[in-house]
Amino acid sequence: MLTFKNVSKVYEGGTKAVNNLNLEINKGEFIVFIGPSGCGKTTTMKMVNRLIDISDGEILIEGENIRNKDVVELRRSIGYVIQQIGLFPHMTIAENIALVPKLLKWPEKKRYERAKELLKLVNMDPEYLDRYPNELSGGQQQRIGVLRALAANPPLILMDEPFGALDPITKDNLQDEFKNLQQNLGKTIVFVTHDMDEAIKLADRIVIMRSGEIVQVGTPDEILRNPANEFVENFLGKHRLIGQRENLQTVEQIMYSDPSTITENETLSEAIKIMKDRRVDSLLVVDEENVLKGIIDLEMIDKNKRKNVTISQVMDTSFYTVKQHVLLRDTVHKILRNDMRYAPVVDEDNHLLGIITRASIVSIVYDSIWGDDSNTVLSV
Amino acid sequence: MLILTSFFSEYGGQLLFKTWEHIYISLIAVLLGIIVAVPLGFILTRVPKIADKFMSLVGIIQTFPTLAVLAFFIPLLGIGKIPAIVALFLYSLLPILRNTYTGVQSLNKSLLEAGRGMGMTAWERICMVEFPLAIPVIMAGIRLSTVYLIGWATLAAYIGGGGLGDFIFDGLNLFKPEFILAGAIPTTILALITDFLLARLETKLTPKGIKTSAETA
Repeated sequence: MLTFKNVSKVYEGGTKAVNNLNLEINKGEFIVFIGPSGCGKTTTMKMVNRLIDISDGEILIEGENIRNKDVVELRRSIGYVIQQIGLFPHMTIAENIALVPKLLKWPEKKRYERAKELLKLVNMDPEYLDRYPNELSGGQQQRIGVLRALAANPPLILMDEPFGALDPITKDNLQDEFKNLQQNLGKTIVFVTHDMDEAIKLADRIVIMRSGEIVQVGTPDEILRNPANEFVENFLGKHRLIGQRENLQTVEQIMYSDPSTITENETLSEAIKIMKDRRVDSLLVVDEENVLKGIIDLEMIDKNKRKNVTISQVMDTSFYTVKQHVLLRDTVHKILRNDMRYAPVVDEDNHLLGIITRASIVSIVYDSIWGDDSNTVLSV
Repeated sequence: MLILTSFFSEYGGQLLFKTWEHIYISLIAVLLGIIVAVPLGFILTRVPKIADKFMSLVGIIQTFPTLAVLAFFIPLLGIGKIPAIVALFLYSLLPILRNTYTGVQSLNKSLLEAGRGMGMTAWERICMVEFPLAIPVIMAGIRLSTVYLIGWATLAAYIGGGGLGDFIFDGLNLFKPEFILAGAIPTTILALITDFLLARLETKLTPKGIKTSAETA
């Protein structure tokens, strides 16, 4: 659907921003351009809607050279979302969303209906239609920014770090929302970012660029598994490569399978004894069938030590577990992000199988950096 | 009080006529100023390289003594309302031009980028984005310009342009302070009323979405 043929961009003064770039993008594909600043990713994207002129080579949309198209018509037929959101403050949300339809001279009623319909896609109340952008939060504003790009139903949408300025939680939500939207609507997306997590999460294919050239193109998995060179490896970061080693795929493979446990009917003093024996500060609580019930640590015991209670009465039952077949990549990410010290590993019926701790992660990081194959896994 | 009533009964009609003349001269000059300076301001934002030079040139014109400029137009355009209006028009340019230029220039560049990327033509960008957003600043320039002009228009009398300046010059020539006041006080009142009305107009013309942002900011 979108083809780059030997595309180059040389700025006045001879700076080569993009050098002989070749790429074929399929219909419905989510392509993410990523690379360090100044690598030419944004330039490449902006050449598609001719915000930047091509110096050499050609870009084809559905086989047609964009240079032969009227530039205004070309831009109206391509959605465009920018990082700064760029909603027009003097226009209502409805007017902002339906701006391209207005340029295309749709009747007013149809424009309003379209805005309403789009607002529903992101689960926003239709009452927002007549509000102004400054009454919305940053996340809501960028939702509108995305809807605006969808308004005239373009098959292709260009996005220039659209979620870059949002806080991490809003960003995460918007990414999920947008990925769903894109899959449902079957749009082709060209997305520029410098955030690798975002690229891995959203992309069908990632295009890694450096100094105006493509270094590697592939699905997130391909790139994580076989980084083309050291630059890609460094750019991905060691922590992302850990979970991608062939022999280390699931949680089960690295978990420690003999965690310190206690059954739920035991007393607190028994718990202290086990902790002392095993030199740990928390225990996983299970029942007779080895089904995980809760977690108990020194602090909880300390608070209740004068009372005559059983473990099941004081244990913490709200905890995070991982299933045995979950990919290591996701788990590592979750443990690090949520700042957890450990996570119990369970099977489908919640039977306790083992535990994965920060120490286990440290050891695989150690392995992957130093290439040591000894599988020393520390316990809780 | 008695002096006042007798003054009004004697010169009331003339006062009204001169006031009307005054308004007429200033407004025509300002309207011409708007017609020229606003589009010119937009054009200058397109050529920032020469914009600064141009702006300082207009700034220099502004520093010419008003009386000298008025006198300067006598050999070119004779005496009467037309040279007065032309001279005042020149003075109205700078504030309007400068405000239009800075108003448009200081707009958030990402908005223009968004507009361009969505396929607005240059004209559509001006009409749908730049102009509505720059209105508050442009209007402030127009307001300033009009208020100044109402003051300066008293000098029009010097070259036979008429207006409330006639009273002032008569008062100076005849050593009659009441004539000077009869010219100066209505001029001041006129300027204040105009300022007030234009301020109202400015609020009215400011698009709703940016009005609320100004309030919350």
